[in-house]
Amino acid sequence: MKPGIRWGLVIFISPVLAWLTLLIVLPQVDMFIMAIRAENPLGEMGFSLGNFKLFFLEPIYWRTFARTAIFSVLVTFLTFLITMPVAFYITKVVSPKFQGFLAVLVLMPFWVSELVRVYGWMILLRESGVINHFLLKFGVLEQPMEMLYNDVAMVMGLVYTSMLFMLVPLLSALESLDNNLIEAAYDLGGNVWSIAMRIVIPHCLPGIVSGSIVVFMLTLGNYLTPNLMGGKNGLWFTEQIYNQFIASFNWNQGSAFGFLLLILSSGIIWLGLKLTHQRLGKVVQ
Amino acid sequence: MQTDLSVVRVMKKFQDFTAVDCVSFDVEKGKFFSILGPSGCGKTTLLRMISGFFEPTSGTIEINGRNMAGIPPNKRPVNLIFQNLALFPMMNVGQNIAFGLERQGEKRHVIQTKTAQMLERVGLPGFEKKKVDQLSGGQRQRVAIARSLILEPAVLLLDEPLGALDLKLREQMKIELKILQTQVGTTFVYITHDQSEALVMSDHVAVMNKGRFEQVDTPRNLYSKPSTPFVARFVGENNQWDARVISLEEHQGRQVAAIMTPEGNQFEALVQGQLTPGDEIDLFLRPEAIVLEPDAAIEGLNRFFIIVRSILFDGANSRILALLPESDREIQISLPQTRQFDHIAPGDRVEAGWSPESGMMFVKEKNMYKDAGTVTP
Ligand SMILES: Nc1ncnc2c1ncn2[C@@H]1O[C@H](COP(=O)(O)OP(=O)(O)OP(=O)(O)O)[C@@H](O)[C@H]1O
Ligand SMILES: [Mg+2]
Repeated sequence: MKPGIRWGLVIFISPVLAWLTLLIVLPQVDMFIMAIRAENPLGEMGFSLGNFKLFFLEPIYWRTFARTAIFSVLVTFLTFLITMPVAFYITKVVSPKFQGFLAVLVLMPFWVSELVRVYGWMILLRESGVINHFLLKFGVLEQPMEMLYNDVAMVMGLVYTSMLFMLVPLLSALESLDNNLIEAAYDLGGNVWSIAMRIVIPHCLPGIVSGSIVVFMLTLGNYLTPNLMGGKNGLWFTEQIYNQFIASFNWNQGSAFGFLLLILSSGIIWLGLKLTHQRLGKVVQ
Repeated sequence: MQTDLSVVRVMKKFQDFTAVDCVSFDVEKGKFFSILGPSGCGKTTLLRMISGFFEPTSGTIEINGRNMAGIPPNKRPVNLIFQNLALFPMMNVGQNIAFGLERQGEKRHVIQTKTAQMLERVGLPGFEKKKVDQLSGGQRQRVAIARSLILEPAVLLLDEPLGALDLKLREQMKIELKILQTQVGTTFVYITHDQSEALVMSDHVAVMNKGRFEQVDTPRNLYSKPSTPFVARFVGENNQWDARVISLEEHQGRQVAAIMTPEGNQFEALVQGQLTPGDEIDLFLRPEAIVLEPDAAIEGLNRFFIIVRSILFDGANSRILALLPESDREIQISLPQTRQFDHIAPGDRVEAGWSPESGMMFVKEKNMYKDAGTVTP
């Protein structure tokens, strides 16, 4: 290779670099700069760690933060628990003729926007909703019951919203699992539990981890579902950020919170990768 | 002798396709039993019924005298070695072998010693920590066998386990497998479409065709006394020759048929089954049953002339490919490498002969075996 600029490479890579720089690196840098600036008592802007300090001093902030993290992990785990058998059923149990059909059937709800799907749930669950209507009609309930605006409803909505992003990597991971391995394990005395734990899950681990990362990040950064389905006394951290930016018009504080959220998601994903002995490069393939 | 495995009139239908049709056989304890048949004849289906992955449509399977109906694979005292071995890639060799014992809730140190012993037995001592994908084909083979044998099954089922190996290794593993089987004394049921594997290793061989057993016999009998044309064609190599029975006569207490080929050769052959004059028959002659340039002094030999077309040199397995004069019927004849026949060259007209005992005759059944097996490879 002659020394000099390789124009082909430059042309090929510059849109990607531009995209990364303009849309990801620059806003983050800008956010970080905003986050470490605050008004001093004289009303002048200057360097300060006050925004971060406030987060630790006000229990409401870090409680919301912890609650968001814990619920996101829970939602990720529940999504996995629900999606894994579905994916297994589609790839290994059903005859190949119906596999494509079933997969499409599961993915169909995701052709409509998240907002519509959440409203769908709300129509079902709300006090004057479909479920209450039937429960009253069949005499199970005396009084209509509010099933929305609590943590259970919110977690359910989040799991439902996330399923697609878990299902796709699991389907492809299970697709590549040789049926003979399952049968061999069964033949050697394995039962459903040991085959799942020793054969199926270890084989699908890269798929599980990549699905979990996506689900976790989307859940952590979700605004719509917690806002519409969650209770008023349990906030999601994105709502705190929203409040800072829009309600309090304190962009510096909002930036600090946004930055903390970024650190949180990176930290938990790093921890998850370490625990499952996976590498990010392998998982995202 | 104790019967380890008893299969009685087992049948398996997939919708309206019968994959295994009324198969019965018994395997005695400690025997090496092979099922030999062409691809798609239902071997795997039969084995999967024995191991419990398929329920038979009808018929019973007994292992150690116990009816296996409704017992799932993980509860049966048999283990299956899969066509592709199905070693667990997510575990190392030691974990692969220990898998079955762990499922039985065996103690850790017992598992460790047993695993080490088993690896030693299959000639892979100290391989516990190796990864499955670091093993060679032959080593994978042995790990698969060790993984099953450690559970001390009543019957070990093997589904063409040598299929993926190259020729040289296959020859070697054939012998190793037989030795291992004799050492451990476990009953083996081995399926293959390679007749040499079946003949070399087995005590008994069942020849299977289109879901049915054609003959169950010792390898020697299958070769020398095939009971159906399919077996004659499938086991070993054979020349097939049309003929018609002219007459039958008793000869020193044995029945001898005079037969006539379309080319006009008249032969005599010993009758083994039922023949009547006028029957159209298939005559089978092994390449090694035909002698070249037989001594004029030998009496009672069927003699005919051939035109040598080509010489297929293959060491001890060398052949002459010949045609009958003024005909396009092809005949293969063994060419012993004793230098006695070195002068034979393509185009030569040579006399050949075979003794009446070595011909095998079957009455032609209209189109019945048209597509089953070929005469020469
Ligand atoms: N699950 C199934 N559903 C329908 N047909 C099947 C099924 N399994 C096998 N068959 C059919 O049964 C026949 C026998 O199959 P089998 O796998 O037993 O053959 P085989 O003798 O093991 O062949 P090979 O030597 O190629 O492995 C085949 O024609 C196959 O198409
Ligand atoms: Mg098969």
